[in-house]
Amino acid sequence: MIETRKLNVQPTLSRPDDFYNALVEMHRELSEEQSRLANAKLILLLANHIGDKETLEEALRIAAEGLN
Amino acid sequence: MLQTHQNPVYAYSHSADQDTPAPVHHPVIVVGAGPIGMAAGLDAAAQGIPAVILDDNNTVSIGSRAVCYAKRALEILDRLGCGQRMVDKGITWNLGKVFFRDDLVYTFNLLPESDHHRPAFINLQQYYLEEYMVEQIRQTKHLELRWKSRVTAVAEKDDHVEIQVETPDGAYRLTCDYLIVADGANSGIRRMLGLESSGQVFQDRFLIADVVMETDYPPERWFWFDPPFHQGGSTLLHRQADNVWRIDFQLGWDADPEEEKKPENVIPRLKAMLGEETEFELEWTSVYTFQCRRMERFRHGRLFFVGDAAHQVSPFGARGANSGFQDTDNLLWKLKLVLDGRAPQRLLDSYDAERVPAADENLLNSTRSTDFITPKSAVSRTFRDATLLLAEEYPFARTLVNSGRLSTPAVYRDSPLNTPDEERFDSKMVPGAPSTDAPVNAGDWFLRLIANSRFNGLYFAPTDGTLSDPELTALSSLTEHADIPLNILVAGLEPTDNLPAGVRAVSDTKGVLSKRFDGRPGTFYLFRPDQHVAARWRSLDRQKIEAALKRATACS
Ligand SMILES: Cc1cc2nc3c(=O)[nH]c(=O)nc-3n(C[C@H](O)[C@H](O)[C@H](O)COP(=O)(O)OP(=O)(O)OC[C@H]3O[C@@H](n4cnc5c(N)ncnc54)[C@H](O)[C@@H]3O)c2cc1C
Repeated sequence: MIETRKLNVQPTLSRPDDFYNALVEMHRELSEEQSRLANAKLILLLANHIGDKETLEEALRIAAEGLN
Repeated sequence: MLQTHQNPVYAYSHSADQDTPAPVHHPVIVVGAGPIGMAAGLDAAAQGIPAVILDDNNTVSIGSRAVCYAKRALEILDRLGCGQRMVDKGITWNLGKVFFRDDLVYTFNLLPESDHHRPAFINLQQYYLEEYMVEQIRQTKHLELRWKSRVTAVAEKDDHVEIQVETPDGAYRLTCDYLIVADGANSGIRRMLGLESSGQVFQDRFLIADVVMETDYPPERWFWFDPPFHQGGSTLLHRQADNVWRIDFQLGWDADPEEEKKPENVIPRLKAMLGEETEFELEWTSVYTFQCRRMERFRHGRLFFVGDAAHQVSPFGARGANSGFQDTDNLLWKLKLVLDGRAPQRLLDSYDAERVPAADENLLNSTRSTDFITPKSAVSRTFRDATLLLAEEYPFARTLVNSGRLSTPAVYRDSPLNTPDEERFDSKMVPGAPSTDAPVNAGDWFLRLIANSRFNGLYFAPTDGTLSDPELTALSSLTEHADIPLNILVAGLEPTDNLPAGVRAVSDTKGVLSKRFDGRPGTFYLFRPDQHVAARWRSLDRQKIEAALKRATACS
């Protein structure tokens, strides 16, 4: 597990199941390729909203953790 | 193919240096008469160093190569006497447009600010730039350009360099204090000395086509990602002089360069892009691949590598010649001070300290642009396309679109020659930054006033517009400094005729000078001969200025 300084890893979603469902729902009508694009757009939008470099770097590290 | 331009052929001429038993000595010899070698020679002359340039060829650059010259390069060329011809012949542009598939994604303006002498960019064929430089060299005293003179051996001795030159009528030797190596990306001298330039080769090919056409397209840089007329690739369109338009098509790695550049294959591509009805003539085609790499160090004893020989970038961002000009701009004043015994040898190490990080900045930018334009993996292409899809409507995504981060000059932020700020300034003119420009006097420009290849000072006079006796004494003693006499400009003076020699009033006609330098009364800026800021203060203190001069010349 990676220690974070800036990135909040505690629960903040008011309705976690609703969000999860909306996320999957976003892809329902999309092809594989469209889904990949939608995910990429989502990441870019959220990253810009966060803005803070350190927070983003922590998220990038956690995302890749343990995958290879 | 049509020809709007004929390459000149320069005659070889026998030099008296070939007839002496012992090698003739020159303070500075430059290998290579590309744009950067010629800039080195012209800069040597501007500093007062006699120099010889040797080139193995007898003409200027052939065909379509560099197109875009940045503001800073033009300012350097101004100091070397070639800037005005470039601007007169070139196509001035500030606007860039980026398209994705069928849509205009966004437009950018490279020079949002007015009141600069030179535009953000001009476009001009490289052969014109080189011709103007050759002509300037011919008019310059103590500077010689020898054609058909190939340097075939280099030996560094304790206190000089000896080279071997091959010509149509035999070989001869020469010696010099310093050898400037400007023999291009495939530098033979670099190889001869067993030095490497390492980095990255990009697996992509680009087709260049120069076409002559009369259209009413505006002079802007147009870049397409995945356009309908060239699906899957990118395309770049630029207007050059003589109604010649330059188009770069991304072809991919598997393209066959010989096939692709045949007119019968190029013309259909152009028709798809320009429309069947547009009339054009094809003038030039070629296919290029590119690399991003540099030497580990640019100084090797008495040898200095400059331009493409030292570092090579992909063309996106136009950082090749533009950064090469900054190399020689940085080097020659230092060589002059060391040759004159006014600064120690170690001043020359600052060429590496300043230009290696600058090359890294250019490499980083060029590499990133290339990665965006030529995504290396499926996921990187997905992010690229996602960015472009967002960019049309969402401003944040436009900052991520990278069709080339166009050349801007390096700020030598961490240079050992800088004197750090002691006070606060509301100005980007930090120590290490190349000076900004401003309109001054009647129709003149600040950068022209400090284009004398010397150290300059800029003083903002006290509010009452007069200089006190202590101020006059301090300024005049700086102009009489034994090793580095300053040339001083004073802004904000009431008309007066009792200024000491070497001190001149400058009128800040529009108030832009004070604004850009945050020039409150009492502020003093010290500029190096390459117009970079060496130090700045909020009050006039002769001792501090002298200490900063020592530091800027590696004397302390
Ligand atoms: C497709 C393309 C587009 C580009 N676009 C731009 C752009 O828009 N803006 C920009 O700034 N840059 C651009 N560049 C880069 C630019 O062309 C180079 O950076 C520039 O030409 C480098 O100049 P140079 O003097 O270092 O080397 P070169 O121009 O390569 O000159 C080297 C010279 O040395 C001579 N020589 C070699 N060996 C010897 C020897 N042993 N003895 C004597 N002479 C020798 C050669 O004959 C040649 O004349 C582009 C390049 C390419 C390929």
